Formats: sequence, C-alpha cells, structure tokens
Amino acid sequence: MDTRKEKFPYGIPGHNLSEVEREIPVEEPPVWPINDKLKVIGKRVTRIDALEKVTGKAIYTSDIKLPGMLYAKILRSNVPHATISSIDISKAKSLPGVHAIHLIENTPKEGEENSTGKYPMVKYVGQPLAGVAAESLEIAKEAVSLIKVNYEKKPFVIDLEAAMELNAPIVFDAPITKQQDGGDVGETHDGSKGEGNVRGPSTSSFFGGPRGNLEEGFKEADVVVERTYRTQVHTHMPLETHGVVVDWNADVMTVYASTQNTAAVRNEMASVFNLPKSKVRVICEFMGGGFGAKHSAGSFGPMAANLAKKTGRPIWLMLDRQEEHLAEGNRPNSIQYLKIGAKKDGTLTGIQQRSHGTAGVGLGAGVGRIAQILYTCPNFATEQYDVLTNAGPGAAWRAPGNVQGAFGLEQAIDEIAEKLNLDPLSYRDHIDTSEVRKVERQRGAELFGWSRRKPAGSSKGIVKKGLGVGQSTWPRFVSLDSSVEIKIHKGGGVEIRSSVQDIGTGTKTILAQVVAEELGLQVKDIKVNIGDTFFPVGPGSGGSVVTGSITPPTRNAAFEAKTALLKLVAKKWETDSSELVMADGQVNHKTNTDLKMSFKEATKLMRTSQISKIASRSDDYGGFQQPWGLAYGDLGSVQFAEVSVNTDTGFVKVDRVVAAHSCGRPLNIGQLESQINGGVIQGVSYALYENRVMDNSTGHMMNANVDQYKVPFSMEIPEIETVIVEEYSGRSSTDAYGIGEPANIATAAAIANAVYNAIGVRLYEIPITPSSILKALSKVS
Amino acid sequence: MENKDQDPESKPGKTISRRSFIRGAGLSTASSVLMTSNAFALEYKEPLVTGKEFGPDAITIKMKVNGITKSLSVEPRTTLASALRDHLELTGTKVVCDRGSCSACTVYLDGKPVNSCMMSAFDVGDKEITTIEGIAKNGELHPVQEAFIEHDASQCGYCTPGMVMSCVHLVDNNPNPNLEDVKNATRGNLCRCGTYPKVFKATLAAAKKTI
Ligand code: FES
Ligand code: FES
Repeated sequence: MDTRKEKFPYGIPGHNLSEVEREIPVEEPPVWPINDKLKVIGKRVTRIDALEKVTGKAIYTSDIKLPGMLYAKILRSNVPHATISSIDISKAKSLPGVHAIHLIENTPKEGEENSTGKYPMVKYVGQPLAGVAAESLEIAKEAVSLIKVNYEKKPFVIDLEAAMELNAPIVFDAPITKQQDGGDVGETHDGSKGEGNVRGPSTSSFFGGPRGNLEEGFKEADVVVERTYRTQVHTHMPLETHGVVVDWNADVMTVYASTQNTAAVRNEMASVFNLPKSKVRVICEFMGGGFGAKHSAGSFGPMAANLAKKTGRPIWLMLDRQEEHLAEGNRPNSIQYLKIGAKKDGTLTGIQQRSHGTAGVGLGAGVGRIAQILYTCPNFATEQYDVLTNAGPGAAWRAPGNVQGAFGLEQAIDEIAEKLNLDPLSYRDHIDTSEVRKVERQRGAELFGWSRRKPAGSSKGIVKKGLGVGQSTWPRFVSLDSSVEIKIHKGGGVEIRSSVQDIGTGTKTILAQVVAEELGLQVKDIKVNIGDTFFPVGPGSGGSVVTGSITPPTRNAAFEAKTALLKLVAKKWETDSSELVMADGQVNHKTNTDLKMSFKEATKLMRTSQISKIASRSDDYGGFQQPWGLAYGDLGSVQFAEVSVNTDTGFVKVDRVVAAHSCGRPLNIGQLESQINGGVIQGVSYALYENRVMDNSTGHMMNANVDQYKVPFSMEIPEIETVIVEEYSGRSSTDAYGIGEPANIATAAAIANAVYNAIGVRLYEIPITPSSILKALSKVS
Repeated sequence: MENKDQDPESKPGKTISRRSFIRGAGLSTASSVLMTSNAFALEYKEPLVTGKEFGPDAITIKMKVNGITKSLSVEPRTTLASALRDHLELTGTKVVCDRGSCSACTVYLDGKPVNSCMMSAFDVGDKEITTIEGIAKNGELHPVQEAFIEHDASQCGYCTPGMVMSCVHLVDNNPNPNLEDVKNATRGNLCRCGTYPKVFKATLAAAKKTI
C-alpha cells in the first residue's frame, strides 16, 4: 500500500492544540484544518429535512399508503407462561373484510428449547402469536379479538429478585445462547452458564478481563465505600412505534421500515424468506425515534411479509402503543453491588462490582464496563449476571450498560471524595486521566457555577437546592461495513447515496455538509438519498457509530469524484489537476486567476451522464485498539445538575443541567445540542420519572400507555446548556464521532449526586420519587 | 400576564369533553406514576348529528379541512384522526397514544386545538378543521415553522406537527408570550427526542418576529 505522511491537528483548541504526523494511504484526501478554518463543517447548518417535518409533509413508515394495501394487527399472548394447546380462528376468518390470518408456528432450531407443541411456548405477556390482514385496522383489531387461544398455563416469575431464587419457576428449561439485542459488556452473553434463571457471570469486556488483585487492593485502601444500587426497567417509547409496510411483488420485496438499521432488516428478511439480498429492498426515509430498540425486523417484519404473501397485497403493520411497551424493548434493570477503595491521597486501589439484571426473556443486562475503564485503578473485577424473567425482551437503549453503571459508579466516587474531604469535581481531576474530560470539567464548572456548591444538607428552608456532577465514557466504535456513493451529475447536481438512515439525529444534514465542504459547494446543492438498501450499505444507527463510520467514506468518495472532475477541467486548460481547487461553487486555478469555471460548467465536460464513486470506511489512521473497529480514544462527558427538593412533599425538580461533551471534530453544532438535550431529558426521565410497572401476580405491565408511563413534558424540562469541546486526533478524513450515547450516560448520576447535596441523604435507587425522598428523610415509613 | 385576546376555552389544561371521550378510559386510574395529566382537549358545542342514529356501516359525510370541503365515507367509530390520516391522506397529523395524552394528533376545530384521536369524525359537523398541512399559507411558512427550522426544534420530527400546532395557536393568540406561556401551550405535547428547549426558543423567537 502506497502511503504518504501528513500532519493532522491534534488536541483541544484553547487548551493543548498541536499536530500529529500520521502515515496514511495515498488515496486519502488531504488533511482538514480545525473547524475555525472550514466553511460548512462545525457550523450551525439547519437540518435539510426540517421543512418537511414542520409542514407535516415528511412521510414516515406509518404514513405510507399503497394501492390495495391491507392493514394488519398482531394477536399477542395475555398470559406470561404457557403452552398453547389450540388456536381457533374460525370466527375471525369469517369476519367480513378479513383477508388472511397467519399463525406463528413452532420451528425450534437445534440447541434451542424444544416445545413439542405446534405453536411456540408463550414466555411473556405480549408475545406475538398470530396476525390478521383486513380491509381496515378496525376490522383487523376486531378479528384479532375473535381468535380464541387455549393456553395450558405454567408457573411464571416476573420480579428480578424472585427469579433469582433457586426454587423460582424456570423461564427457560434449556440453555439459551442467543442474545436479544440488548446490552454489551461481557465477552459473550453466555446464557448457557448458570443455575435456574440466573445466567453468567460475564467477567470481561472487549477492554479485557479482571486486573490486579482485589484483596490486596482493598488492604491498601484507607477508605472504602460499599453500596448496592438499583435501577428500574424502562421502555423506549419512541413516538412512532415499530412497524413495516411490506409490498411484495414478483420481483422484489419492498419493506418500508421504521428502523435504525435498514441493512440489518434487509438481511433478516432475506434470510427468513430465503431471498437473495438483491431482491429485498428496505426503505426508511423518515423515522419517528428508536433510541436503540429498532435494529431488527422483529417478528412483525416476517409477519407482514407472510400476510403479503398470503393476500398478494401490500401490508401495513405498525404496532400500537401498548404492544410497543410490552414487546419491543426496554432497558434492563439492575441491582449493582459496588465496592471501591482509595488511599488517603485519593488514589483508587480497588473496584469490585457484581450485578444482576433482567432483560426479560432476553440477555444483555450487564452494567460493568464503565466501572472497568472510567478511572485508573490497578485492581478491578466484575461479575455480571443476566436473570431471565417472564417479561418482554430488553433491547439496546442509548449507551446500554453504561447508563445503569454510571448511576452507581459516579455516586460511589462522590462518596469516596466526601470521605477524603475533597471536592468531588477536583477529586476527579486526580483519578481521571482523560484530557478532554479535564477541559469539560473546567469549562462546564465555570458555566455552571460549581463554586456555588455548599456542603451536603446545608441548604436551608423547605425547598432545598443541590448541585451535583457525573461523568461518562463511551467507546469510539467504527462500523467498517460502511459505504457510500457520491454522484456528480452532468450539468450540475450532486447526490449522496447510502443505506444509512437518519433517525432524527441529523445524519442527512452532516453528510451534505461533508460533501459541500469537500466540493466547495453549499449544503443546498447536495441531494441526500439515504435509507435505501438499493444503495451501498451503511452502518446501523446504534452505539453512536454513524458519524465516525460514514462521514469519512463520504468525504473520500466526494474527494475521488472531485479529482475525476478536476482532471477533465485540467485537460481542457492544459494544466495539471493538482493545480486546481474547488471553492465557492467554482473551479479555480491556484495561480492563474484567469482560469476559472463554475462547478456547473465543469460538469458539462463529462463524457458520461455522471461521475460515480463509491467509498468504504478505511481503517483508522494508525489503526484500531481492536481490529473490528474499536478506535482509540473515547467519547467523554461531564454533566452538572442543579435540583430543588421539596422536603415537605418529596417533589424533586431538576432546574438546570450543564452538559459538557466531546465527539472529536463537531460537524453541526445545532444538531449536537439537540441530541445532547435529548440525552439529558431522557436522563432526567430515567432519574425521576419513568418506570415499567409490572403486576407480579399476572405478568401484565400496568402502565403500557402514554398517560401512566410518566416521562417529562414541557413543565419538567430543566434549563439545559451545552459545552462542546473540539478534540482532534487525526484518525480519519473527518475525525468526527457521534454523540447519541454519551449524551444520556451521566445525567441520572449527576442528579442523584445533586439530590444528596440538597438533602444530605443519599438515594441508591431510581426513579427518585416523592415517596422515596420522604422515606429517605424518614418522614414516612 | 393577562391576555385578553385569548379565548379562555383555548387555554391548555381544559377538561376533557365527555362527548369526545370515545375510547381509552384509562385516565381515571389513580396511579403513582401519573404525576401530571397531559390531557389536552376542548369542550365544543352541540354536534351536527345529534338525535340521529348511525352505524355500524359507513356513511358519507362532508368535512371542511384546510378550507376545502371534502366528502368521505366513514364508520361511526372512525376518529377524526383516522378520518384525516386514512381517508383524506393528510398524514401530517400523527397518532401516538390514541387516547388523549400526547397531543401528537392536534388539529384546530374552528381555530381551537383539539386532540383528533379523541373526537369522532361524525362530531365535527360543520366546524372547520385545520391540520398541520394547512398552517403554511400559499407556500409561505408560519413564523413558528420558520423558527422551528432555524432553531432546530425538530429531531425525528414525529411530534413536530403537534408541537407546531400548539405553538402556532399560542403565537397567533398571544402576541407577547413568555417562557411560561410556551411551556403551558406545549404542556400536553410529548416529545421523546427532547426538542423542548428548542421548541421554547423557536416559539419565543417567532413571537418576537410577529409583533
Ligand atoms: S393525544 Fe391523540 S394521539 Fe396522543
Ligand atoms: S422530535 Fe422525535 S419525538 Fe419529538
């Protein structure tokens, strides 16, 4: 491979900006300077699809209407554990307007639990059993209510701790190895180890396994904090539910999907129906939120396709609000034991962690990775257990594992600081080696007014004020299977094509910015056609991978297309293309100012109708920590929270949050702020409000709707200010990363620390409710 | 601030009309997780069809939407939201909770915001409906829509039509709203992506421009 050496900006402007030399493949584009010197990148560019959104013209999957389309509804189990002896569809079938009924039948795969019946064993309330396609949604619903299912009920267990008992009803009789999307942390989510419903432990992550010697570590400690923290199950509740519209004609199965991962949905559908990938087209132009839960075709995708097959008509199948809560993902709960030891000077000597959590019938409830890596500590060990229960499967939820883990870790660190009589913020300077978090602490603290913080419990009056801080880290993941096509059309017009989807994060806009910057054009000159698997495959929108994965090949493809165009101009001007630049919609000669041509004129020199270049994500400059795409560095944040606690009513209000974040080279400040606002608000919700309430005696979720599933509305929104720290590391042609996960990790911990600062009593469990405050203050029992 | 121009009935936090409460009676549950009621719907006067019996089959009704009178064939159980989305292909109006607790389905009934999921299409009668598609006039955006774009007040955008409807109504009826007014106007609007801070900002900026 031919390479060249280039010097990249390195570090944090205003703090330690320098340069680093990297050896990069020759075909990579030249270095971009820091954002100050760029025209479009790092600016407040308005979202390119905002107009459609504010006028109601944006067409989401749920809005799609096709000629002859039928509406489908899924029948779901209303018992938590049972075998199905029979299903009677005779009444439903004869309802006028019903076109087809599809029953989910048992197809146990090797190694999976084998229920001998015709139908799969029911494992949770809300498990899909059958689907109906009808002329209208009302008819489909009515038909579903007419299907009679005969259950042979089995004992079940809903509660996490009850499920851990050795004599608890067993959820799965056989080992399970399949991870239900959910979490992360362990080297594998090993469902085959363990006893009863408890599976695991997982003791390592891709950052390695246990280190040092914990016993020795705790011996060296002058102070020790040992606590158990609890976090709740909560559900994603995206405004648009999961669902698809499937249009299956002779040649191609077209799936309009509300998804975070068009390519994954295509792959699943192709595999379920044994079709070549070329014959499945998944399209997602607008989608109404996912937050981690929408990476798969689920069971609704194949259900819609089966109904399309049976009826020969397009099928609309969107879940309703209740189904969404029951069956389409949740963040697992946790009981986390954490023991941290430190010397008098603050140096950490040991971190021990043990966690149990339930992702219902799924796996992936681990929480340990943040404790493993956030702070320097020579001795560390974790044991993370998944506990199976008869409840809907968990799914990834913005920074899976780290959000739960941060709630415990960041409170324990505060407690250590207090024992050592240190300010919790300056204590973190001592134990955190991250340079970018150091700057975030400084800049955040100044904006927040950290110096106003008083000793815990010293606030006077009934309504007590408190200030708190929490930190986070998230890996820089890169999806190497990220490709994009750039087309320059003859006579003007530039197009970006990829299967990568914009789930509301602003991906369309940043791609247009990258290409506009590279071609010296304006954002409005770029047409972004993404969310379609007929285009080159891009990454799924999860793990904050999109920006870091798809913007470098987007720039590279634009650079290649530009180079091809400049060659044509150079030929005409009888010069070398290296003498030419593109800026402000023009092609210019670097030295001969007489030679200039508009971009549009230049494209007329093309022999073919378009120049088309496809690029894929190349390796990071200087390689990866792990070759599969774990990049060097991290995405760190520091968040500050200010709360008021009414000690008479127990009511907590988050007044203000300052969120200091970094994501490499920021691409679009407005969109970054928006995503950070979203992460913070979801963090407020996690800390104070939302909670999946289950009836342990029936296995039903009690608040599977919007009115009783409490999340913040306008009245509960704190004032949020963001600090975005530019951090350059010269690892790719854009050096940019995402913010989706980092924005959500530290908030609940910062709020819990602020609540402690206000009332002088610590809460170890979320959601922090008026009743838990009053209990903590011993005002009620 | 006292605002005399504003119709008292159009203020948020109104009671839910029994007549319009045609489905999902879940609001009555006294649950510890229910801390604020997000319900947002209006009282309205006698509907056109009082005294007649209909159903269960569909009949043809007329409805004036965004200034145009349209005929549609709907069953008595059809909600206004469904009539708009499924029969008139006006899919800008979104259905999220389908029981009056998120305001994603907000439309105006004779100029006043209502939750269209909570209203029977039959009950519209000769009242005029305005949907999100009818807010921009002759291709010209309402200042609130412009400000939403400018201040990045939409993320996934699914709540945005409802948010815009709430904020346009505020700005059109209160020339000088403050932050509390904006919060009040959107108190029933659920946004899971967390656009609230920018919705507030955008609406205040739009109000300034319209003075
Ligand atoms: S209020 Fe109508 S859909 Fe939520
Ligand atoms: S922008 Fe996604 S729900 Fe509001």
